[in-house]
Amino acid sequence: MGEKKKEFRNPEYYSNREMSWVLFNYRVLSEARDKHIPLFERLKFLSITASNLDEFFMVRVASLKDMVNAGYDKKDIAGMTPEEQLAGLDLQIHGLVDLQYSTYNRSLLPQLETHGLHVIKKHELLTEKEGAYLDKYFADNIYPVLTPMAVDSSRPFPLIRNRSLNLGALMKKKEGGRELEFATVQVPSVLPRIVEIPTEKEVRKVILLEEIIERNIDKLFLNYDVVCIHPFRIMRNADLTIDEDEAADLLKEIEKQLKKRQWGEAIRLEVEAGIDKRLLRILKRELDIGQESVYTIDGPLDLTFLMKMYALEGFDDLKAEKYVPQPVPELSAGEDIFASIRNGDILLHHPYQTFTPVVDFIRQAARDKNVLAIKQTLYRVSGNSPIIAALAQAAENGKQVSVLVELKARFDEENNIVWARMLEKAGCHVIYGLVGLKTHSKITLVVRREEDGIRRYVHLGTGNYNDATAKLYTDIGLLTCSEEIGEDATAVFNMLSGYSEPLHWNKLSLAPLWLKDKFLYLINREKEAALSGKAAHIIAKMNSLCDADIIEALYEASAAGVTIELIIRGICCLKVGIPGVSEHITVRSIVGNFLEHSRIFYFANGGSPEIYCASADWMPRNLERRVEILFPVEKEELKEEILHILHSQLRDTVKAHLLKPDGSYEKVDRRGKESFDSQAAFCKEARKFAVKVNETGNARVFIPETHHE
Amino acid sequence: MKTFAAIDVGSYELSMKIMEFSGKNKMREVDHIRHKIELGTDTYATGKLSYEKVDELCRILREYADIMKSYKVDAYKAYGTSAIREMENTSIVLDQIAQRTGITINVLSNSEQRFLDYKSIASKGEEFDRILEKGTVIVDIGGGSIQVSLFEKGTLITTQNLRLGVLRLHERLGRINAKHSQIEELLSEIDDAQLSVLHKLYLKDKEIRNVILVDDYLSVWVKEKRENREQAGYANAEQYGKFMDYLRTKSRGEIALHFGISEENASLMFISAVLLDRILAMTGAGLIWAPGVTLCDGIAYEYAQQQNMEISEHDFEKDILDCALNISKRYMGSRKRAETLESLTMTIFDSTKKLHGLGKREKLYLRLAAILHDCGKYISLVNLGECSYQIIMATEIIGISHIEREIIANVVKFNHEEFDYHEGINSALSLDRQAYLTVAKLTAILRIANGLDRSHKQKFKDVKAAVKDRELILTVDNKTDITLEKGLFEDRAQFFEEVFNVRPVIIQKRNRP
Repeated sequence: MGEKKKEFRNPEYYSNREMSWVLFNYRVLSEARDKHIPLFERLKFLSITASNLDEFFMVRVASLKDMVNAGYDKKDIAGMTPEEQLAGLDLQIHGLVDLQYSTYNRSLLPQLETHGLHVIKKHELLTEKEGAYLDKYFADNIYPVLTPMAVDSSRPFPLIRNRSLNLGALMKKKEGGRELEFATVQVPSVLPRIVEIPTEKEVRKVILLEEIIERNIDKLFLNYDVVCIHPFRIMRNADLTIDEDEAADLLKEIEKQLKKRQWGEAIRLEVEAGIDKRLLRILKRELDIGQESVYTIDGPLDLTFLMKMYALEGFDDLKAEKYVPQPVPELSAGEDIFASIRNGDILLHHPYQTFTPVVDFIRQAARDKNVLAIKQTLYRVSGNSPIIAALAQAAENGKQVSVLVELKARFDEENNIVWARMLEKAGCHVIYGLVGLKTHSKITLVVRREEDGIRRYVHLGTGNYNDATAKLYTDIGLLTCSEEIGEDATAVFNMLSGYSEPLHWNKLSLAPLWLKDKFLYLINREKEAALSGKAAHIIAKMNSLCDADIIEALYEASAAGVTIELIIRGICCLKVGIPGVSEHITVRSIVGNFLEHSRIFYFANGGSPEIYCASADWMPRNLERRVEILFPVEKEELKEEILHILHSQLRDTVKAHLLKPDGSYEKVDRRGKESFDSQAAFCKEARKFAVKVNETGNARVFIPETHHE
Repeated sequence: MKTFAAIDVGSYELSMKIMEFSGKNKMREVDHIRHKIELGTDTYATGKLSYEKVDELCRILREYADIMKSYKVDAYKAYGTSAIREMENTSIVLDQIAQRTGITINVLSNSEQRFLDYKSIASKGEEFDRILEKGTVIVDIGGGSIQVSLFEKGTLITTQNLRLGVLRLHERLGRINAKHSQIEELLSEIDDAQLSVLHKLYLKDKEIRNVILVDDYLSVWVKEKRENREQAGYANAEQYGKFMDYLRTKSRGEIALHFGISEENASLMFISAVLLDRILAMTGAGLIWAPGVTLCDGIAYEYAQQQNMEISEHDFEKDILDCALNISKRYMGSRKRAETLESLTMTIFDSTKKLHGLGKREKLYLRLAAILHDCGKYISLVNLGECSYQIIMATEIIGISHIEREIIANVVKFNHEEFDYHEGINSALSLDRQAYLTVAKLTAILRIANGLDRSHKQKFKDVKAAVKDRELILTVDNKTDITLEKGLFEDRAQFFEEVFNVRPVIIQKRNRP
């Protein structure tokens, strides 16, 4: 056993998670390159690859750099030191960026041109009339918000803000200046990056903000001649806290090294191709950045502006038809949601089905005179959230409202604090997260006093309580009043309030204390089944897989003959097709219009299948450093529904990429198979189911007879 | 429907259960909130609670009060156990807590606490009755002591308190400074020394099949769901053997990790495990049932009883009487005479209700006094009263509180001896006025009953009693000679007359020819 264990832990059997992430971004990029997809949707995908990459740099690359600076050289799951990983990433990401821009320049721009949108690449290409229009636009709108900064012996190099787009210039004094001086101006982020130029013809024309500034740069530095001017952008390691994905021992190491660490160190410099060598030298020197971290960009920096281009009015024929989330058949509008839940558990499949029932659940609870308490965990909530409003109302109505607000959610801490304060003012009991743990679970409990006793209604989900992202992320939600789950839900909130764990759990499994063991047990049970000759099967869908213990268990199960089908959107450190290790494992990744976000787990369990949903991925951070919940779906019809979701995704031939034994991903070979897009199929199905609601649910409208015989 | 909050202020944990009573036989746990707070360590070491602990206690109790409010509970009951009981300044601290939190904490004696534990098991209803069909011991493992209660054919034989509580043993082991490898052997020796006495006295020829376990550490294991176990909460001796092997071979750290408990609790788990292992070895029981109940369940059960709610009612009075009968048997009391006295006292008690105004509970005292009236003769025929008193006071009767026991012991004593009037400051009685009056009234009744059966020949078996004017007419439907009883009755009747101002008179009604 011991030896076998070692064998499955061989680093050669694992992929590095960062490299795997880059492959994921390549898959998103492949959507931008897919000619079958409406042109403007492709712009959106390209924009997503750019914002993904930004976040990756800030969080992951920064973290690796921290490790190298701290002299931490522990190898990762695939046996790579941080230095080796960084070296590998530089190579990979340069390739990715090259592909991003060749997609933009060679594929998207010509296509846009054909469809009547002309992007003026350089201000030099403007006509006189256009130039005049933009000069006026500059004077009216841009000039007042610019802050040009020059550098000389009395003025130090200015602070270049993280992720900001800037124009760097070299200048000479008009009178007698021989020396080149450096100056910079930030392209203001408060102004739209894309400016449309009025035309008389069919063709619409746009230009980027930085080009307009470049054209007018002499108005900023009146006493100078501008020798050259080029856009540049930097990414800084400005995050003071270490990424939660890293081990605790690293954290200690970094703390020790904190004094040595350079705060705000630049970790990426993007410059325009053809930048003046002298200018680049100055930037590299002043930012203290090596050549490997310099990205020479053949096109506009920061492609996230493409999201704004997507939003341009018109071009509707070049955009996908907007999908409207459909009503849930079991819940018709205006009905008592508690009565509906008492009729049986209700499964919600977002965004195909609307998120409204979840909001209604809390709204109705807030108004219901029989409701005693509402408890909820909130991770990322949309600004102006109707859920927050409903919770506040509930507290004002005298309900006991407890809300755990996770402040440690990446990037939106400030946002969260504001409305957490608001809830507190309304009389809610607000818990600002747990020490040392991120609360990632999505659970709502409504305690209601009914005629025959206290009944608990619970919503459990795989996605955040965010009505905005619920239109884009695929997630599963369950509404239930099962007594066993209700008891567990109460216990969850007792634990989150700082009380001791319950004596036992009925149905739910919680990370960080129990969940990992539960998963290992479930995987192992399939292994045992396979060994005793029974059919054994695991289907698991999640965002990322990189937990070594889980992967090892999967390898053991595969070696024992368990069929394992994984649907993993993002990072996957598991390798397929290793003889004797992972021959029975397949991995596919679905990247589509909606962001695949639900976590679903199916275990054959010797003929009595079990299905679970969770807020957790199979990642160490989910299983060990977060509060997460795994819940079973037990009602037969609902199990069927979920199984249908899994099977549909396994059938997908349009948006699915298969992981190959060499570690690369390829689109499913469509030969001999019908074309099947699972996300599109879910949309269609949701519409079909919803028709029932529209036909029967609208009983409040009278239908007059139009003729009489 | 009613909701109720039961609060247990324990030695190392402050816990609250929200219970709901609805419809018939329905007691449901709605919430169970637990907060770790080691009150015991303070009290046991210094006799007082530190200010910090009192503050923490008040803070959590206030939170509990909020939770109660959110559930709109109809009533609550809070009980403190040994950590509160053994404080030097219990009353002062409890008053302070009541002022600061609005929650009144009552103090439980050991036997009351054990009785509530016992009630908590009984709250499991059918499952409990089914287990009891076979010979069963209830092992209730506490911090300071353990309570072992023995059942045969559904009848409580005895209940014994042994000073083998986990915290106590843990502390003792610490003092011995034992090596890891020696711990099991040491514990076995300590356990066996006490258990063997129990075995000799009660277990020799009994067949014990089941063990009901009430504790905080082993139940975690029993409750753990494993594939080859049919039902969570149950384990057989074989599985227990494997569990012992597991505990022996694994480090405390590993055990703690496995069960998700602290390392210290893993040690306590091991101490409990050795104890249960010894009990299993001694009794040969094959099945362990851990109902997973806590004191809170018992508190709620008691509340439901007091509210006369229809909950599955185990006959606790029968347990108490069974227990008394067994005590009487052990001290070679006459079963026949006890039966006669029981029936006589009950007849008189019922017919004089208007005179004494006592209730069901006091009637039970009287019955117990009748059953135990002569236990002292095992030691001395001359000093019967005092010896009986001492035996009763030294014997634990489950379900009877300390004060109640004292009432019974006094009734038995004064049946034989001069009544000790309460008026003087130097009175030996430590009872309050109410209890004192109860003792007097019950003594008066027992004395008459005793007088009616002077000859121990059960001549007055079918006596009828009725109060007429200022006389208690005792009619005997009998032909036998009652000269002895009649002759000596005066003496007995006097005290009755003194207490009730009613004169007992014997009338023999001869059958018509």
